[in-house]
Amino acid sequence: MVEPIALSQLTVGSSATLHSFPKTGAAFLRLREMGLLPGTALKLVRTAPLGDPLEIKFRGYNLTLRKTEADHVMVTTGPTP
Amino acid sequence: MTGLKQKVGNYPGVTVERKIGTAYSQHGQPMTVIDLPGAYSLAARSPDEAVTRDVLLGRRADTQMPDRVVCIVDASNLERNLYLVHQILDLGRPVILVINMMDVAAASGLKIRIGRLEKQLGIPVIATQASRGQGVIELKLAMSRPDLPLPKHRWDIPAAISSAVAELQASLQDSDGKPPLIARAEALLLLTDQDPVRVSGSQPLSQRTAQILATWKKRWEDEGTDWSAMLVGARYEIIGELAADATEQSATTVTQNASDRIDAVVTHGIGGWLVLGAIMTTLFLSIFTLAEYPMDLIDSLVAALSDSVKNHMPPGDLRDLITDGAIAGVGGVVIFLPQILILFFFVGLLESTGYMARAAFIMDRLMSRVGLNGRSFIPLLSSYACAIPGIMATRTIENPKDRLVTILVAPFMSCSARLPVYLLMIAALVPSGDVPIMTKVGLMLLMYALGTFGAFGFAWVFKRTLLRGEPSLMIMELPPYRLPRIKDVFMQMLERGGLFLKRAGTIILGISIILWFLTAYPKAGPEASPGEQIAQSFAGQAGHFIEPVIKPLGFNWEIGIGLISSFAAREVFVSATSVVFNVEEDEENTAPLLAALHEATWPDGRQLFTPLVCLTLMVFYVFAMQCVSTVAVVKRETNSWRWPLFQIGYQTGFAWLLCLAIYQTGTALGY
Repeated sequence: MVEPIALSQLTVGSSATLHSFPKTGAAFLRLREMGLLPGTALKLVRTAPLGDPLEIKFRGYNLTLRKTEADHVMVTTGPTP
Repeated sequence: MTGLKQKVGNYPGVTVERKIGTAYSQHGQPMTVIDLPGAYSLAARSPDEAVTRDVLLGRRADTQMPDRVVCIVDASNLERNLYLVHQILDLGRPVILVINMMDVAAASGLKIRIGRLEKQLGIPVIATQASRGQGVIELKLAMSRPDLPLPKHRWDIPAAISSAVAELQASLQDSDGKPPLIARAEALLLLTDQDPVRVSGSQPLSQRTAQILATWKKRWEDEGTDWSAMLVGARYEIIGELAADATEQSATTVTQNASDRIDAVVTHGIGGWLVLGAIMTTLFLSIFTLAEYPMDLIDSLVAALSDSVKNHMPPGDLRDLITDGAIAGVGGVVIFLPQILILFFFVGLLESTGYMARAAFIMDRLMSRVGLNGRSFIPLLSSYACAIPGIMATRTIENPKDRLVTILVAPFMSCSARLPVYLLMIAALVPSGDVPIMTKVGLMLLMYALGTFGAFGFAWVFKRTLLRGEPSLMIMELPPYRLPRIKDVFMQMLERGGLFLKRAGTIILGISIILWFLTAYPKAGPEASPGEQIAQSFAGQAGHFIEPVIKPLGFNWEIGIGLISSFAAREVFVSATSVVFNVEEDEENTAPLLAALHEATWPDGRQLFTPLVCLTLMVFYVFAMQCVSTVAVVKRETNSWRWPLFQIGYQTGFAWLLCLAIYQTGTALGY
């Protein structure tokens, strides 16, 4: 079992699987409704020129979120469980 | 379809108000079509989405619940889009699913089996390619079918929350009088709505329902049940199955699509800034250069109109009212129309290509320093041309506090109406010939910079004091780049331009007439010179009245008249000044006005327009809230008088204090 790391720690261009994020908070409900759920495969596409926000790709589309949120989004790298 | 041209929301939240139009079916039957803003979920996060939710749930008294719903989704992004469709299917209304942009999906190797979807959902599914008009006839035929089938869609609500849903549904039926299926859909929605956005016009929940909801939420919180995750998860599970069944991804996976390649440049660490800079430079250059010719044309048309009225009417108050009041006032606003149209054209172009979302993405970090959101960038930028479209553009900002802060600081961005004032004052400050042209350019830039820093400074202050709240979110879809449809961009530009004309025009007309009256009455006497008339008039009296307040800034009552009349529109200062200082206005040559300004004195013989006063006056124009049209738009957008009045107070107050500091320090230093 690979230890989950924060999405913000992921290197640009690498893929990961969503592990978990906080239950409460408007940001996380929104992410969930956009289809980011535990088990969803995602890729960190790039960061903005100033390093924040991040751009991720999952379910075939691209989404931005800030580092402050990405710090709480836990992902696992390596083979999908 | 309705002839009202609507656009594909390529930038989240672009279509804001619901638009209603009439379309005709293939059989010529009229159908009322309500276009609802682009939404991601019925659990509303922005006013846009709240409107969509409330119309679909029949919560709005002013709009009848639609009898059929057309959901238009993007074929290349089916899974995410089906989430909203799934919520809408819950409503138990006849639904037509339109899958648009089949070509884009096909290009990326995605095949959608329309028949499968139709069978699974039990509703008509129509593939279209709106950009080429394909599928529109099929859609119209489906829309006019009298026997639209109800969706045969069922899904199991997670067991842990099903009893709560049943109880809420019962209460919504009994206490709120909702039909059963709507009640069920609303019950499901209430459980994912963490902080429901309310918009005016929607009906609140009954007390009993609210009570039940609160009880359940409390209980789950104690138990540690993550109810909203369950609900969303269950939905996506079904959608995942649906999508897997209905789509087929061809084996040849595209390594990097065109959007990714463009983004590699456009959001690049260095390239991104260069592109942004180049686009903004082009935008400003076009606004100032391309607009010149049509502006001159409008100017001469207005002058011709005024002349023809003068030639055809006997002299008198009515003629003056029409020429000096109505025509001059409205003309002063209409002249900015070319600039505004160019701005809208660019904004529309950038929106429909998908660049706007990238600009917000790039700028977010900088904007977040002062507590703003990347999405505030475009509204603030638009405000350089005119605060009115800028403030209207804030509707794309989801967070209401962010939106309000952006509205509050937008008027600091030096709009084009300040340009004539800056030009006049700089000319009075530094006589041409004596100084290099760069001094003038530098002064102009200084004014623009002052306003910009003021806007960011106040945004920072407001986010920490008055409008403190949760930090805003930057969760935003970056849509794939698309080729813009120029026709749509033009239609949109004309529509927005028309709104500007209508809104600003009606107010300006009213104010111009009032202003004219204030300068023309009471009559000083038949022999009075224009100067004496002004001094005697209500405007002159008002100027004298405010003189004690503005004297510490180095302004006298004559400047006071200019300040007061600037409330109609800032550029009126120039014409007001020329009237007050008793010069015949000469469009081509401001030299006589400049000479008069240099000769103007205080009663004790001191020169009035010293360099220090010119500078102070410009700074006043940077910060003071002096635009009645802006006040009206802020009133409309915030739906209360509180914010526009606050804006007048804080902006003008700050302008006064800053000018006091500048003038008094300058005087003390002997300038």
